[in-house]
Amino acid sequence: MHTSEFRPLDVERIRKDFPIFATEPPLAFLDNAASTQTARPVVDAMDAYYDTYRSNIHRGIYRISEQATEEYERAREKVARLINAPRTRQIIFTRNTTESINLVAYSWGNQNIQEGDEIVLTVMEHHSNLVPWQLLAQRTGAVLRFLEITDEGLLDFTQLQDVLTEKTKLVAIGHVSNVLGTINPIQSVTAAAHAVGAKVVVDAAQSVPHFHVDVQQLDCDFLAFSGHKMCGPTGIGVLYGKLELLEEMPPFLGGGSMIRAVERDVSSYADLPAKFEAGTPSIAEAIGLGHAVDYITQANLAAIQVHEQELLKYAHHRLKEIEGITLYGPSVPHQKAGVISFNIEGIHPHDVAGILDTHGVAIRAGHHCAQPLMKRLDVIATVRASFYLYNTVEDVDRLYEGLCRAQKLMTRRK
Amino acid sequence: MNIYQEELLDHYENPSNYGTLPNPDISHVEDNPLCGDQIRMDLLIEDDKIKEVRFCGHGCTISLAAASMLTEKIEGKSLDEVKQITKDDMLEMVGIPLGPVRIKCALLALKVLKAGAYGINCWPGEEE
Repeated sequence: MHTSEFRPLDVERIRKDFPIFATEPPLAFLDNAASTQTARPVVDAMDAYYDTYRSNIHRGIYRISEQATEEYERAREKVARLINAPRTRQIIFTRNTTESINLVAYSWGNQNIQEGDEIVLTVMEHHSNLVPWQLLAQRTGAVLRFLEITDEGLLDFTQLQDVLTEKTKLVAIGHVSNVLGTINPIQSVTAAAHAVGAKVVVDAAQSVPHFHVDVQQLDCDFLAFSGHKMCGPTGIGVLYGKLELLEEMPPFLGGGSMIRAVERDVSSYADLPAKFEAGTPSIAEAIGLGHAVDYITQANLAAIQVHEQELLKYAHHRLKEIEGITLYGPSVPHQKAGVISFNIEGIHPHDVAGILDTHGVAIRAGHHCAQPLMKRLDVIATVRASFYLYNTVEDVDRLYEGLCRAQKLMTRRK
Repeated sequence: MNIYQEELLDHYENPSNYGTLPNPDISHVEDNPLCGDQIRMDLLIEDDKIKEVRFCGHGCTISLAAASMLTEKIEGKSLDEVKQITKDDMLEMVGIPLGPVRIKCALLALKVLKAGAYGINCWPGEEE
């Protein structure tokens, strides 16, 4: 389990596990909310699978297939421990957060949502936790309702009592906003949702990689996240669900591995988690994810969180010096994860990104797959820097210098 | 630093033909859904030639500078000539190396112009 003894991150040592930082000057990679770098031990573990025991999992009656199955299932155990899932079979491997949420929207949604039911979302959702519910609402005649944010970028809690009614069947909410960095109080939301009999889906893509998430403490019904945002590979994601819900739900995709017995016209389905893992899964990627879990837990999630908070505070401090800058999202550090969104007056975010790129700084500019939030903030796009365990104060300095350069270049004669 | 060359920045800061026309024969607007940039182009046609052109909108340096350059190029040209302008012509005009995302910025103005010149129903669509 998670060690309670706190030790700060040895960032210098960590950076050695990421060959991309070996260049001189090193890349200031500040686009971690989109995807992180993959740790060397993760790539090594996937290489070991490809080089020494490459085979399909389950049912193989030979040694390397058994080994592959073991490693794949060990990854599931590691993920279960990471988020404190009561049972390992509550962990379903998917491609990514988006697929996990779609699985719930189709399997649970089709069975449980009817015309006139209400699905409650927040205005800060990533499209991955919005569009699947729009599609479900279109299929079923359900109604989407939205929790707004305050001008500070926090969830407007005063609304909650009005929006949650006996019509509410589901609340879908991001744990951490990928734009504002806002950490939403999931425990309070689940309590309020459960009080009216609604289920809660948590998009944890921006939280699980960055601090300790405990599904039993949150008491959420479903929780989804991606491997590629936590030093793992692309192509592997996770869905956690409460056991009684997962057991009641019909399959999402049909095919091999998810069956018990197949007749010409009907089939019976496998037990969890196989019921939801049709076809050959992302074997190497699951194994890689297991090692990514090892990597971030050995680095220590509490230490990662502290490290990111320090970088965030420092970035706030430096960026505020820039004339004409607007920072979006909460200014109170403990309500915010390591994401900082901003605009500089008179400079288009794409120009900022383009100039920063020539300065060796990778950030993201655009709508960040959160167009309704952009509308709420009354902006077309923002610039976003996001941190992870390998980032340094020097990365923030490079960002600051790049921004000064952009400003000088773009406003030279104005 | 080569993606923000002087000429491009000049067009961005002091764009040619910026604004709208009161009674344009053709007026068309398009946006780039990737970044929300939007450009409108108004054309006044006389004797089958572009007598006046104005553009307006919001966007990054590259999309606005490209629009400014394009309006300079098409004044006095016929609609048929305008239809012949290719993606490569446009990129050559912009004159700086661009990645796949920002190529869309450079081509937005041409998309607006061509869709307007053909009339949206007859427009064969963007070049691949």
